[in-house]
Amino acid sequence: MHDFLGPDDWTAVFLSLRIAIVALLGSLPFGILVAYALARWHFPGKTLVTALIYLPLVMPPVVTGYLLLIGFGRRGVFGQALADLGIVLSFRWTGAALACAIMGFPLMVRAMRLSFEAIDPNLEKAASTLGANPVFRFLLVSLPLAFPGIIVGATLSFARALGEFGATITFVSNIPGETQTISALIYTYTQEPGGDASALHLTLVSLLIAAVAIVASEIIQARGEKRLARG
Amino acid sequence: MIDVDVARRIGGFDLKVAFRNDDGIIALFGRSGAGKSLTIGLIAGLDRPDHGHVILDGRVLADTERRIFLPAYRRRIGIVFQDSQLFPHLGVRQNLLFGRWFAARRARAIGFDAVVETLGIGHLLGRTPAKLSGGERQRVAIGRALLSCPQLLLMDEPLAALDLERRLEILPLIERLRDEFKIPIVYVSHDIEEVSRLASRVVVLERGHVMAIGDPADVLPSALSDDTRIDRASVLAMRVGKRDETYGLTELIHPAGTIWLAGAHSGEGTKLRVVIKATDVTLSVAPPQGLSIQGALKGRLAEVEALGPLAIAHIALDGDGTLLAMTTRRALDRLGLDLGLDGGQPIFALVKTAALDERLVGGA
Repeated sequence: MHDFLGPDDWTAVFLSLRIAIVALLGSLPFGILVAYALARWHFPGKTLVTALIYLPLVMPPVVTGYLLLIGFGRRGVFGQALADLGIVLSFRWTGAALACAIMGFPLMVRAMRLSFEAIDPNLEKAASTLGANPVFRFLLVSLPLAFPGIIVGATLSFARALGEFGATITFVSNIPGETQTISALIYTYTQEPGGDASALHLTLVSLLIAAVAIVASEIIQARGEKRLARG
Repeated sequence: MIDVDVARRIGGFDLKVAFRNDDGIIALFGRSGAGKSLTIGLIAGLDRPDHGHVILDGRVLADTERRIFLPAYRRRIGIVFQDSQLFPHLGVRQNLLFGRWFAARRARAIGFDAVVETLGIGHLLGRTPAKLSGGERQRVAIGRALLSCPQLLLMDEPLAALDLERRLEILPLIERLRDEFKIPIVYVSHDIEEVSRLASRVVVLERGHVMAIGDPADVLPSALSDDTRIDRASVLAMRVGKRDETYGLTELIHPAGTIWLAGAHSGEGTKLRVVIKATDVTLSVAPPQGLSIQGALKGRLAEVEALGPLAIAHIALDGDGTLLAMTTRRALDRLGLDLGLDGGQPIFALVKTAALDERLVGGA
């Protein structure tokens, strides 16, 4: 087994998981709030906001990565401000997490928004008339009822993060041990003579991780749905 | 006291409703699209009026002139929806306690056990809403609204989704709420029998406007004037008389005569309102022969309303009240009944005993 993956491969696997998990956890609260806002609120410029959020889904990932480089690079508008606070994103694994979060965000928001929209507004009205203010109404009614959709959105975003390549490599490059994820390493192997076996091994690991993520989300979702129909 | 005077325009629909009520049940009566549910939303604070005010026991909940608008969660107004709207992710007990959790401690005047017992839902506490029948669900929804200790209860067609048996189970429960927990209720319905049984006052709504406000017996018959013949009915104030134990009948007394109710009605001497469908009334110009006179009400023809080959005779009963009788125009002619010639002639209206459903006869 120790021949199956080399030390560099293991580093890339753990790095990919770390990046994907941080990207997921970091974007989850924003994703939930944005999905709820899009599902329930009417505000001026809603169409524009929606378009902005869904943009990474349709833009070439390289373009997203390049925009991130302009914005969050050392000389970028946000990059400089963040650098003053001691946060550097470009060519760091944290930057990879940001790129993955942004690429996965549309998928996350879309699944969650549909789930919030499917809740009967009268249930939320009932909660209001029972004395629940908007915060409690959200935490006690909307959020638990949207739970299955939230799991789906989280899974999609996590899977997207694991598979992210274009935006990541453009923004943070392909630095072993820092930003070299599974995808980047597979790409590297395919560019080297004799790297085919290593590329295949990593591909299998990548498949395994994706399968585990999907199965886990199915189980959590089924449990949530069972709870809704339990007797 | 509830004081509502609101105007709201949505799309092409104009709503303008004003009424007041002290205690007991006031009904908003009208067909679908009349603006009943919209009015409920404005009272509860789920929607903002364009103009007007909502005042409950001196507390200003909304007043457009003073720029006051209290959101729904601060109004202490409970709603029972037509389709219960129980929280599917919570158990029955958690549903019941949901509003209680938010009610200020001092405001918890209504006891959990008392509500559970009154509504007969003790055996359901451990279940989830998905495992309840329609009637059970609605009883839990009523309990949930009640346990938030509201100052006003809004019921938006709470029985419309239920079959007759379930409805007859829950109607007396609503009467008990009114009497035991002393909660004023605004009751929305398009069902004449429910309204005449429960409400002490009725607001008749049509296309967003108030057509009439008053006692059910005065307001309801005219509210139905352009409905189909099946729905035409009159509401008479009557008094419970003696019981005929042998045949299981109860006497209902009106100044114009007595009719019989199949079944027992508790409380001799209590006043109640009886809904009589126009199609269940037969007319006679002579005191009925071979029949007990006690099956008939005496009055005079006041008006004839032609409906194609049919006609509705409005009979001004001796004492008080108007009874509608559906018949053919030919029958009226053959009886020699004509407003011009025989307006003063006494006529007898026979009400079919079997047509009166004792379960739908309500207390006044």
